[in-house]
Amino acid sequence: MKTKHTIRLKVVNTVGVMARITGLISQRGYNIDSIMSTPTEIPDIYSVHLVLTETEDKIEQISKQLNKLIDVVKVTDISHDKNYIVREFIMVKISTAKNRPDLLQLIGLFRAKVLDLASNYVVVSMTGSPRKIQRFIEAVQPFGIQELDRSGEFAVLDV
Amino acid sequence: MNGSQIVIDALKQEGIDTLFGYPGGVVIPLFDALFKEKELNVILNRHEQASVHAADGYARSTGKVGVALVTSGPGSTNAITGIATAKLDSVPIVVISGQVKNGFIGTDGFQEVDMSGMTRTISKHNYLVNDIADLPKIMKDAFYIARTGRPGPVSIDIPVDVLTAELKNYKYPEEVRLPGYKPTIEGNSKQIKKLAETIQKAEKPLFYTGGGIVAAGAEKELLAVVEKTNIPFVTTLMGLGTSDADHPLFLGMPGMHGRYAANHAMMQCDLLIAVGARFDDRVTGDLSRFATKATIAHIDIDPAEIGKNIQTEIPVVGDAKHVLKELGKTLKARPANGWCKAVTSWRDESPLTYSQKPGEALAPQYVIEKLSELSKDNAIIVTDVGQHQMFSALYYKHKGPRCFISSGGLGTMGFGLPAAMGAVLANPKRQVIAICGDGGFQMNIQELATCAINNIPVKALVINNQYLGMVRQWQELFWDKKYSKVCLKQTPNCPPECKGPNAKCPELYLPDFVKVAEANGVKGLRASTPDELIAMLKEGLAYKGPVVMECIVRQEENVYPMVPGGKPIDEMILGPEKEKA
Repeated sequence: MKTKHTIRLKVVNTVGVMARITGLISQRGYNIDSIMSTPTEIPDIYSVHLVLTETEDKIEQISKQLNKLIDVVKVTDISHDKNYIVREFIMVKISTAKNRPDLLQLIGLFRAKVLDLASNYVVVSMTGSPRKIQRFIEAVQPFGIQELDRSGEFAVLDV
Repeated sequence: MNGSQIVIDALKQEGIDTLFGYPGGVVIPLFDALFKEKELNVILNRHEQASVHAADGYARSTGKVGVALVTSGPGSTNAITGIATAKLDSVPIVVISGQVKNGFIGTDGFQEVDMSGMTRTISKHNYLVNDIADLPKIMKDAFYIARTGRPGPVSIDIPVDVLTAELKNYKYPEEVRLPGYKPTIEGNSKQIKKLAETIQKAEKPLFYTGGGIVAAGAEKELLAVVEKTNIPFVTTLMGLGTSDADHPLFLGMPGMHGRYAANHAMMQCDLLIAVGARFDDRVTGDLSRFATKATIAHIDIDPAEIGKNIQTEIPVVGDAKHVLKELGKTLKARPANGWCKAVTSWRDESPLTYSQKPGEALAPQYVIEKLSELSKDNAIIVTDVGQHQMFSALYYKHKGPRCFISSGGLGTMGFGLPAAMGAVLANPKRQVIAICGDGGFQMNIQELATCAINNIPVKALVINNQYLGMVRQWQELFWDKKYSKVCLKQTPNCPPECKGPNAKCPELYLPDFVKVAEANGVKGLRASTPDELIAMLKEGLAYKGPVVMECIVRQEENVYPMVPGGKPIDEMILGPEKEKA
């Protein structure tokens, strides 16, 4: 059964390290849901979060192959079925033409943050679990989403 | 020192004595630095693919790192096949390529290709050297990565301005610091103990060993374990020579062209212990029906191999030599049981068969058997790819590790002759024989001139059936005998629906290999009958320089045993001789 996993990598930030990671995954015939690369507290070491939906044995194989890359220092597989905290950050621009008061009320209910309010649209940001993010997008969809950007999911093991 | 001098100093520090290469615009600085070089023997091949295969043959025959040197653009693309060949068979080589200067990278400059992009998936690791300051560390790391852990090819792409740049206070690093690279050598002692207990309890255990035994130099340790416990073993193409061919517990090579006893033992064992082997599809056949009764144990230095193709109950990550040594200490001696006696009797009752009558056209199997008798005991056999490769694997009596060199994983035609050159240069006192088909031999035939000019005494045995024999065999058996573009004699006047040799076939075969040999300054010999073969082998093997020995063999001989693609490996076609009996 395919489930969602976040593979968290610590990598040496060399030229082409992201190409090695994404190349390896496409070479072995898998698909990436999202990928994110950020600096860490250690200079030259970057943190990469890869989200994949695959079966357990394929995730294990991908993790092992990633571990073989010389520039990859550490691989942690965080299954979304187990103890984990996962968050995603979104920014969305929504039309206020239809019903501005209802929309603003919804934004308040979801504790999203208003970044800008123009005459015919509102820009909001929100951080949350994938479920909350999904619910929020569904809720504001009828108002008219003009732009939506998502960070991709990132996760930490909660044990 | 400038970048070129640093590269050359690094090669010497790594103990390299021979390079294979081809110059070009951006590597002129490097060849300039080699101009008066006395410690390094630089062999000028006639094609970069051959340079990389020669470095590969050098590495496979010794375990040392082989080095090839090529230019940017087409020099780099020509090297690609060689790098992929080394990757698939885990061979330690370092390929140094020139690149356009830093400022030109990405502009589609003259002879620019993205070498680091192209080698990413076919090398163990690769580098693009942007700064002269990084060059010493990269050279050091590259050799370390190539030869340690699971060996493999490393590509170093060096822009021409880095080759000419000066570096003050150059010192070759003494230590390697790679936070992301720490191969596991010692096996986990708990896992080894668990494996030993499982072996002790197993009624039908079998060792399945591969190239990892050769890479680790673990032949003695393996034989100590199997002899102590009387467990039979099979050896893949990459591991041939791990033991003598007639070791009492050795069942032969398994797989698509494996021996009857080897394949049936694989399918019927209750414990399969893989060591340095990777459950390749050419070994396992239909995976879903492979060794279904067996508990799988897998010893490998590369954790990614364990569980890749088959579910493994007892994984042991570690170097084969170390793990087998520990396993040998833990295991108790046991006598040969009923299983051991049964499988060895299957072997004894199913010898390989073919027919050869005096005066009749040569059978390729007979050629290999006679070569096996007449070659020296420590001869190195290098093959190309195709039917002759399988005949060499099956009929030659392999006599030791690193004595059988073949492109197994990638199956690269054109590998044989240049790889044999590399083996000669690494082992100047030994007999090196390249066994090639008439198809593959033509893929790097230009290297005959390199052999003659540098007096590299490769003994090339060309098994000429005038066909691309392995594809023809598949067409005969599985494609209704439609011989599409496999006949090397076919002319536009031939009937398009030709189904094999007949009275109307053109007589002319091109090229005339004896003449090609002579034109390149190499001795050329030819044999068409058993008597001629013996005389030719005696003359050719005794000859001091390079020689081409062409054998005109039966055109439609097939390699048996054979397992059709996608079938379980005990569904074997044993061949006409077996069926007669």
